[in-house]
Amino acid sequence: MTAATLSPARSPFRLRVGALWLAAPAIAFLVVFFLIPVGRLLFLSVQGDGGTLSSEHYDRLLHTEVYWRILVITFRIAGLTAFFSLLFGYPLAYWLSQMKDNRRNQMLLMVLVPFWTSYLVKAFAWMLLLGNEGVINRLLTGSGLAGGSLPLMYNEFGVIVGMVHAMMPLAVLTMMPVMSGIDLRLSQAAGTLGASGAHRFWMVYFPLSIPGLAAGGLLTFITSLGFFIVPAFLGGRQQTMLAQLIIVQVQELVNWAFAGVLATMLLATALVATWIYNRLFGLSSLSATEQTGGRTVDGWTRRIGFMLLEKIASITALATDHVLVRDRRTRILPAYSAIAIFFLVVPTLMVIPIAFTSSRFLEFPPPGYSLRWFELYFNSPIWISATVRSFGVAFATAILATLIGGMAALAIARSRSRWNGAIFAFMLAPMIVPRIVIAVGLFYLFAQMGLVATNAGLVIGHTVLSIPFTFVATAAVLKGYDWRLDQAAASLGAGRLQVLRLITVPLIRGGIISSFLFAFVTSFDELTIAIFVSGGLKSTLPKQMWDDMILQLNPTLAAVSVVVLVIVTAILLVAERIRR
Amino acid sequence: MNLDTTNPPPKLLIKGLGKRYGDITALEPTDLVVNTGEFVTLLGPSGSGKTTMLQMISGLTEPTCGQLQVDGRDETTTPVHRRDMGLVFQHYALFPHMTVSENIAFPLKMRGFDAAKIRERVIETLAKVQLDAYGDRFPRELSGGQQQRVALARCFVYRPQVVLMDEPLGALDKNLREHMQFEIKRLHREFGTTVIYVTHDQEEALVLSDRICLMNHARVEQIGTPREIYSRPKSIFSAKFIGLSNLFEGEVSDAGNGRIVVSNPNGKFEAKAENCGPLVNGHATLVLRPEHLRPGPAGRGQNSITGKVSEIIYVGSDTRLVLSLDDGETVSVRHDPTADLPEMGASMTYHWPVDVAVVVS
Repeated sequence: MTAATLSPARSPFRLRVGALWLAAPAIAFLVVFFLIPVGRLLFLSVQGDGGTLSSEHYDRLLHTEVYWRILVITFRIAGLTAFFSLLFGYPLAYWLSQMKDNRRNQMLLMVLVPFWTSYLVKAFAWMLLLGNEGVINRLLTGSGLAGGSLPLMYNEFGVIVGMVHAMMPLAVLTMMPVMSGIDLRLSQAAGTLGASGAHRFWMVYFPLSIPGLAAGGLLTFITSLGFFIVPAFLGGRQQTMLAQLIIVQVQELVNWAFAGVLATMLLATALVATWIYNRLFGLSSLSATEQTGGRTVDGWTRRIGFMLLEKIASITALATDHVLVRDRRTRILPAYSAIAIFFLVVPTLMVIPIAFTSSRFLEFPPPGYSLRWFELYFNSPIWISATVRSFGVAFATAILATLIGGMAALAIARSRSRWNGAIFAFMLAPMIVPRIVIAVGLFYLFAQMGLVATNAGLVIGHTVLSIPFTFVATAAVLKGYDWRLDQAAASLGAGRLQVLRLITVPLIRGGIISSFLFAFVTSFDELTIAIFVSGGLKSTLPKQMWDDMILQLNPTLAAVSVVVLVIVTAILLVAERIRR
Repeated sequence: MNLDTTNPPPKLLIKGLGKRYGDITALEPTDLVVNTGEFVTLLGPSGSGKTTMLQMISGLTEPTCGQLQVDGRDETTTPVHRRDMGLVFQHYALFPHMTVSENIAFPLKMRGFDAAKIRERVIETLAKVQLDAYGDRFPRELSGGQQQRVALARCFVYRPQVVLMDEPLGALDKNLREHMQFEIKRLHREFGTTVIYVTHDQEEALVLSDRICLMNHARVEQIGTPREIYSRPKSIFSAKFIGLSNLFEGEVSDAGNGRIVVSNPNGKFEAKAENCGPLVNGHATLVLRPEHLRPGPAGRGQNSITGKVSEIIYVGSDTRLVLSLDDGETVSVRHDPTADLPEMGASMTYHWPVDVAVVVS
């Protein structure tokens, strides 16, 4: 037994160093497989033919109009997605935040399941719904509401619908913790001081919820920026996004330098957005582990903001207080929330009837039911090997990410070093850098290391993406952990490892298991890295789906989607069980 | 005097106001009249319905039955922001995203005051609560006592006719609490506001109130001035909740001459019939305050009791003795500071005049 375990207070230096060492594996891992690959990709963009510094690739970007257009489209789609996700997600998050804990956890599943459902399954479901022969068009023409098929897909409308559906859960899940942290007595107090419903909302509740709104906006914007699945399937030529262009540059043209240029553009935008957010609200409020008090900036911006909100409040007060009857007002929110949840959950469920169709086509409603597509899936060596590979990779990823992410969380929780903030930000960084940038960087690195098309390469890549989740989940439970229990165990004669094994880990088991499951689902659903790193016979399930979907839509995809849906939902239910 | 004017309606008239949540009764139908400028305290243990009552007066909770009149107008269903009332919350509920000045200006803005008037009022009110230099701070930069003063200022700044306070001093330590009680009294006097104050602290209620409304089990136990409730409790609960009291339980009989007698194994104790509430089955409890007991045997018109001194408790300003009677009952006595302190275990006799005792059922 060392002196440090017995009397941590008396040897602060040893303890601090000792605790921070726990973060070393995570830091080393992220430096090698995240920082260096991304850095090298950025460096490629300024390298000329002879290996000299050159701006030639940037010149090409600047002088080619089509790239400019793609850049503008990407920002436009990401911006619109973030805007609509916040707009439609805000009332839902508010509704959820007002609920009692038990009921909220149940209702939250309605957001969590769509959140963790594979983007591919969601895109596939929307193709079934929005296509020319899709469900919505059939309903419209069938009921005589529309003369012919409406163009719902392969245009901006289709992309935005799909993107908002994909991003809204993220927005809701980021805003909700901030909202439930707002003291409801403040609104009551405003009421007793003479504020109408509209004034109470705009002048008290809304400003207090802005940190959540900003965090939700940041995360949805950054994620949308590097998105390619939805635009690839639901968009037309006019909706090509930057990430799609990167994929083409790498896979078809093998133009690394120009891919680097595009990646730099993506990354720079993401970093600027994050920097602005950090200036205004502080990065730590991104994770639920920190109290989201935010910084109150006193200055003209705040004052102008208030004046603006006061005006908005007065205008809405006219509408709500005079037009709407009181009883009706209280029913609007639940009704809206029901519609929002319907929008999040039901489109995905469309794949279920299609999976059981007897037809060879994606007809809705199916002309008859059969299990033939499931049979085809279970008898196909390609699909089964992809499924088995996905399971194996997800399992390995979950163990690795939970272990090193959890140790890093432990390090931060135990240490009071001034490096904490930097380590915290570094652990979250893979969440802020667009996935496509990480994926291309890793592909370049793996190509040199011979890790392309290997399971090890996939596990490494997925672990990079999972570490922020496992780190935050474990840090959250450690925040409420009573460290005196460890001291008590040590004083009773337990060594450092025994304390960890017998006291700390059993007590934070819930957090560890949920971080394991989240890492598992992250890897199981992951496509971006798999597109580059897996291939041919070494495909994962999402990669196999992607390839199939690009070739041709068929009912087997629906059967596979159902399998994925069932697995992910089961994992979430287990996680919810354990958390209680 | 002009005989033509009828009495003006009271500031607040509460008639049969009650609240139920499903099967749970938060407040039985209750009546209460509060006059203009009065300081009335709702006093009671937690769950007695006092906060529910306050919330219904403020409009934050809708009553299940009954009526609330302000100045003779029915305001039972007026929405909270249209009532001319101020509510001071237990944990202040200051807006964290607004400065102290903005917090205080908020109710004035909601009432459409012009900017110059708002500025003037805010400065004036800040001075009244001695926070002149703190206008530009945010609430979290202030101490608990200062935050409390901001909460008071935010409430008094728009001069509501009625101020409601929900255990406003609950989060403060004892010294600060006493100081703030004084402050609240001063504001009440200066603004002439009607105040309804909720607390579970009997001392606070005695210090502040014109009248106390004592509540228990979702209903009113007794309403009266602090002096009335202390000296003439109407129930065992009233006697026990306010101040120390000795209770002798026994059988009641009429002794004639406007006297009654409560008898139990420790003796027969007389009391005036007029100090006796309605009795149930001839069973009653005699209430006696510790300061009414004097050393020495009973004379004419006096009762006495004898026991052994079993505790001597020094409480600073006073010394309290606990007397053990033969059957194990104990009696608290306030020791007369001019007399010698008795020994532990000494047998002592104390007497009291018959007319100070109160009999409750």
